[in-house]
Amino acid sequence: MSETIETHTLSVLVDNEPGVLARVIGLFSGRGYNIESLTVAEVERRDSLSRITLVTSGTPMVIQQIKAQLSRLVPVHSVRDLTEEGPFVGRELALVKVASAGGQRLESLRVAEIFRARPVDTTVGSFVFELTGSVEKIDAFVALMVPLGLVAVSRTGCAAMSRGPDPL
Amino acid sequence: MDGTVRNGAEIIIDALIDQDVEVIFGYPGGAVLPIYDALFKQNRIRHILVRHEQAAVHAAEGYARSTGKVGVVLVTSGPGATNTVTGLTDALMDSIPIVCLTGQVATHLIGNDAFQEADTIGITRPCTKHNWLVRDATTLARTLHEAFYVARTGRPGPVVVDLPKDILVRPAPYVAADAVVHKSYRPRMAPDPAAIEAAVDLLAKAERPVIYGGGGLINAGPRASALLNELVELTGFPCTLTLMGLGALPASHPRFLGMLGMHGTVEANHAMHDCDVMLALGARFDDRVTGRLDAFSPGSRKIHVDIDPSQINKNVLIDISIVGDAALALEAIIAEWKRRGIASRRTALQPWLLKIEEWRGLRCLTYAQGPKIIKPQHAIRRLAELTRKRDVYITTEVGQHQMWAAQHFPFEGPNRWMTSGGLGTMGYGLPAAMGVQIAHPDALVIDIAGEASIMMNIQEMATLIQYRLPVKVFILNNQYMGMVRQWQELMFGGRYSQSYSEALPDFVKLAEAFGGVGLRAQTVDELDGVIGEMLAVDRPVIVDVAVDPTENCYPMIPSGAAHNEMLLGPGDIPTGNGSSDDGSERGMVLV
Repeated sequence: MSETIETHTLSVLVDNEPGVLARVIGLFSGRGYNIESLTVAEVERRDSLSRITLVTSGTPMVIQQIKAQLSRLVPVHSVRDLTEEGPFVGRELALVKVASAGGQRLESLRVAEIFRARPVDTTVGSFVFELTGSVEKIDAFVALMVPLGLVAVSRTGCAAMSRGPDPL
Repeated sequence: MDGTVRNGAEIIIDALIDQDVEVIFGYPGGAVLPIYDALFKQNRIRHILVRHEQAAVHAAEGYARSTGKVGVVLVTSGPGATNTVTGLTDALMDSIPIVCLTGQVATHLIGNDAFQEADTIGITRPCTKHNWLVRDATTLARTLHEAFYVARTGRPGPVVVDLPKDILVRPAPYVAADAVVHKSYRPRMAPDPAAIEAAVDLLAKAERPVIYGGGGLINAGPRASALLNELVELTGFPCTLTLMGLGALPASHPRFLGMLGMHGTVEANHAMHDCDVMLALGARFDDRVTGRLDAFSPGSRKIHVDIDPSQINKNVLIDISIVGDAALALEAIIAEWKRRGIASRRTALQPWLLKIEEWRGLRCLTYAQGPKIIKPQHAIRRLAELTRKRDVYITTEVGQHQMWAAQHFPFEGPNRWMTSGGLGTMGYGLPAAMGVQIAHPDALVIDIAGEASIMMNIQEMATLIQYRLPVKVFILNNQYMGMVRQWQELMFGGRYSQSYSEALPDFVKLAEAFGGVGLRAQTVDELDGVIGEMLAVDRPVIVDVAVDPTENCYPMIPSGAAHNEMLLGPGDIPTGNGSSDDGSERGMVLV
């Protein structure tokens, strides 16, 4: 079995009940698995279901274990490995605060335009940009903002879905 | 149930009755007083008052493992709940179905650091299969039925239902057990027919096969053991069993290789190492079984039957995985084997079986019994011999005595052997024996113990006396935490740090102080007589058997060594990665 580290995006449908997130996180910390990002929100009010999108990394054997261990949790309905199952869309939202003046301030606006980031808060000395896109795009934007007065970043983690008409 | 409004505590009793619960093991306290009041007013369910909550869980484990039923525990909030953690973890590791009801402070006090409040759900989350906090009386009955369903189906395990005190006194509706269907939990029971066919393809061509059976065979019920017998008869394949699987194939069966693993037999471990096809049944390739992973059975194709998909490919790469119940999988394999009319494999297997007989011929469990000092192995063999005609259930504590019991006490059927395998919990045996005796009042129940382990739950002697449970505690007293001493001798240069059992009580007087019978054997001549006396008494007995303090448990695969690197006796010096005569770091790290 290959020892190469792979990154996988998993989509986990769970009962929206107290403690379900603690169970998932406890599983990862207890067994020493990595979490690169995790997002969770209720997606079906009627059946009270939440979807957890999780980006994790490990050897193929560890990834297989992670999926089996997640499936074993009692409130888990399904575990889908989007990375393995074919092309998927992964998007993240970020809020990026920049404080600067003069040329730097103008430059940050120009870069934001190129990245299609919107200012959602403005003061005379600062912007808060809202940006969605792939994880890599947000990384690139944040890197460009560093010399332009970056103050703070808030990111949601990756939400993901398979391409094509099938559910997830 | 009779139309009158019942409160939460009474609903709990109704649900337990509905789940065919006959006995619960518990200890009262403030938060669960309403349940104890409801228990007082009924006579369907028997309550066994333990002397420590950890023992309640082990007793329920003994009850569950010897009957196949769910064991039930009832404890109060705070310390009552935290004291169950070791028992719950033990049950999780060994896949024992337990429903543990814990009291909790009233819902409006949760999070307030109230008296005897603990975050029981948070604390028990990693040591249960699942747990629930009941926040609303209307969900109480449903939650209890779900708890029983989750505990006993699939890979069994412990569950906790945390019960705030106000829920217990509030009116609650009842829902019958058969009306409850779980939303998401559906363990897979039936094996995939294609995988069964692929498995039989491999098995039918095997020249050096071995069957490696584990605790899953016991959990799948007595039928799984009967089917294993049938498969062994049908194929002629040799079979080894893990510590948790002992009894699934009779010890007297000519194809039985004995237990495998760290203290397994030479024939079992060599067969595992050299086989060409391995059929793992309800076993999980534990590190105590595999030894060094990269040297584990290097030349074999492996078939793994397990009800828990997460066990497959966890430690060892599997060629054919079969997810499902061990009994159903065995049934399917046998049916497929018969359908194909596979001819006798006797001739083809002959060289392999001869090789195995050669290993068996090393008689690796031999020990040298002298004229005076009792060898621990001899004590167990005499115990087995003198109880051969009785229906006997054995529990153990943890350590050398446990391994000697596994090696030298022959188990002819399932559910007769209760031991803490995965967690290795000292103090397990006495309370477990208590639970076994409750389930089988007329059977002979013996806790084979060490003098150190027995002290960990010795208070349960009082419970034995109270309920007139004639459990026999058979202490192999070598005045050391023997397994610790053995490792210190072999891997830490004989520096016996803190492993000597100093200031031991007089076990004879201790038994008498509790109201039981105390006996002592100090020489070989006294042994049979003392065992006879023990068997003649219909009361709790502690037998203090003075055994050779320097005896080590062999064979032994040092941690981190391979199956074919066993130490066979005192003459052998550890070699390979697990060794370190001067205590090298690698050897110390590999526990």
